[in-house]
Amino acid sequence: MASTSVPSNPPSKRSRSDAVWTVLTALAAVSVAVALYLSLVWAPTAVNFTTETERLSQRIFYFHVASGWVGFFAFFVTAVSGAVYLITRRRRWDAVALSSAELGVTFTLANLFSGMVWAQTTWGKPYPIEDPRINTSTIVVLVYIAYLMLRNAIADPERRARLASVYGIVGFLSVPITFLSIRIWRTIHPAVIGTGSETAQGGFDLAPDMVVALLFSIFAFTVMYAALLRWRLKLEDLRDQVDGLKALAAGGDR
Amino acid sequence: MITVERLTKAFGRTVVLRDVSLHVPAGETLVLFGPNGAGKTTLVRIIAGLSRPTAGSVTLGGVDVRRAGEGLRRYVGVVSHNPLVYESLTGEENLRFFGRLYEVPNLAARVDEVLDQVGLRPRRRDLVRTYSRGMVQRLAIARAILHDPPILLLDEPDTGLDQQAADMLRRLLVDLGSDRRAVLFTTHNLDRGIEWADRVAILSGGRLRFEAPTAGLSPAQMREAYAEAVAAANRKA
Amino acid sequence: MAFLRKVLAIVWKDVTAELRTKDIFSAMAVFALLATVIFQYAFDLRAENLRLVLPGVVWTTVTFSGVLGLSRSFILEQDRGLLEGLLLAPMDRSAIYFGKLIGNLLFITAVELLLLPALSILFDVWLLTPPILLFVALGTLGFAAVGTLFSAVSINTRAREVMLPILLFPVMVPVLIAGVRGISGLLDGEPLTDLLQWVRLLLAYDVVFTTTAFLLFDYVVEE
Repeated sequence: MASTSVPSNPPSKRSRSDAVWTVLTALAAVSVAVALYLSLVWAPTAVNFTTETERLSQRIFYFHVASGWVGFFAFFVTAVSGAVYLITRRRRWDAVALSSAELGVTFTLANLFSGMVWAQTTWGKPYPIEDPRINTSTIVVLVYIAYLMLRNAIADPERRARLASVYGIVGFLSVPITFLSIRIWRTIHPAVIGTGSETAQGGFDLAPDMVVALLFSIFAFTVMYAALLRWRLKLEDLRDQVDGLKALAAGGDR
Repeated sequence: MITVERLTKAFGRTVVLRDVSLHVPAGETLVLFGPNGAGKTTLVRIIAGLSRPTAGSVTLGGVDVRRAGEGLRRYVGVVSHNPLVYESLTGEENLRFFGRLYEVPNLAARVDEVLDQVGLRPRRRDLVRTYSRGMVQRLAIARAILHDPPILLLDEPDTGLDQQAADMLRRLLVDLGSDRRAVLFTTHNLDRGIEWADRVAILSGGRLRFEAPTAGLSPAQMREAYAEAVAAANRKA
Repeated sequence: MAFLRKVLAIVWKDVTAELRTKDIFSAMAVFALLATVIFQYAFDLRAENLRLVLPGVVWTTVTFSGVLGLSRSFILEQDRGLLEGLLLAPMDRSAIYFGKLIGNLLFITAVELLLLPALSILFDVWLLTPPILLFVALGTLGFAAVGTLFSAVSINTRAREVMLPILLFPVMVPVLIAGVRGISGLLDGEPLTDLLQWVRLLLAYDVVFTTTAFLLFDYVVEE
């Protein structure tokens, strides 16, 4: 019956990891609050816009870029965890890949919707089909929705982990090529960092204080991601324990 | 030839094989009995390299299956639950195809020889789709021995065979090279198992519970041992 | 060399079986021709210049009929546990991948050789020029490279026929864009030399994903 018993960490290890977890969560809460203050109040208003709406909606930028970055980073984590799973075969890595993919979809959707709000005010339409980044974001969301559907369609946990890892890797590799292909196609997206395309509309000069607000927002969102990832993994642990108890209750030792 | 050491296999939380050890030297035929769900198929699949053990090891001719490259698979012939032959190819085409995958030398001559051995020569150019159940099984056996492997694994090879085909299988197993091959096969037919094999083992509830040479073992003793092994597994659960 | 012989043995086996059953080709070809006719009616009612939508029609038809063929590419193996028979053979498992990939390329190309003349006639635009065929070939390779891998993934899932397009299409976007842009450019009279970045993109896609699929295929078919 040893195989069906619930694995439990030694108490000391558990309390230490719980402490790390609490600190991380608190840090995420505080830094997101500070990031909101920096980007909505503290950062200077962009100067080169004609209307008040455009000037104010520019502040979406901090949230927009930070969530986009975290989304991309989350999918990177999914791909790497998948590769590590394939090598080590430890289920923990598959749980990380799944958790990170869910968070990635959430953050990328946040990135997408904040972009649409901004596009409506600046470009006059919510979904600029000619913009590479919004198109890439949409396609990336579809890739990872497919990833989650694939997981749902496989009952055996080992096989699910293995095939999802493969898809997570291929899907992630497709992202830069998709972005590149849409970018060569055509672009009006403002490139704030690096050289912009001649047809870009709605760009603005990045003041030093804006850079501070942006970098801090990215930091805050990354910490939030890390905290949420831990919460999500905890949920997966609990689910595992419930499964174990169910198996135990059913006398499921064959 | 086949050495299984302390093999354990779990699917998620379900443990299918527990600490199984067995050894089949060259020239010996071991029959593995056990009720459905005892783990026989899983054991055969692990030995064939189709499935990874959770713990423990399998060595074939002294080479660890998990560390060995694909070359080791040339020394193993498998008859599985599924016949592993293509219905939309003819019997001959099937053997040609697998012969090419196994790099069988003088393939055309070898295919003729094996087709003769299993008695399928007259139907060689017919699609497998038109074969009877017994003929398909004979082709599956032909496929497994085509590359003359020193190790033969057969998972219930006698299922669906009539008496005549079973006799043919016996001839293939016992008369054709069983003096140099290591053969492991599973069956539900106790009498047939004892008759064909040199040694018998019973797998029940994922554990090996009985092992004995077949010489001097009466069918009645065998039945008793089998019932005892199954009962032991049920008590445990 | 031994590896290549085994790859070709798998191709030979699939082609022989296909010539007999025509399971894959008939489904793809009929679907492609139906799609062609439907597109022709659908666009003829609205579009002033059918040339403008033709590149899109080519690629949508190739992808949709192609996915139909890809979803059946393990049809011989999936139902009767025959993949096991291939996994038992003494060869690197990527031989299965390349064998299936070549088979899929043959079947899709056969359909394209039917489709392109049909489209040429219906839309009154000649599509069988070497530069257009180059784009079709490069795009088809990328499509089949990823599609063969995902086909092996999807046979392990519930609702596998639905799963394959869901997995495949979002990853296929670069092929679609490059393929449509390439053929559009050529139909608009741009010389191939102006469209080289699309050729390069397709080449990069083909190389990246054939390599990735080759490296990952082992993990898909094990156990």
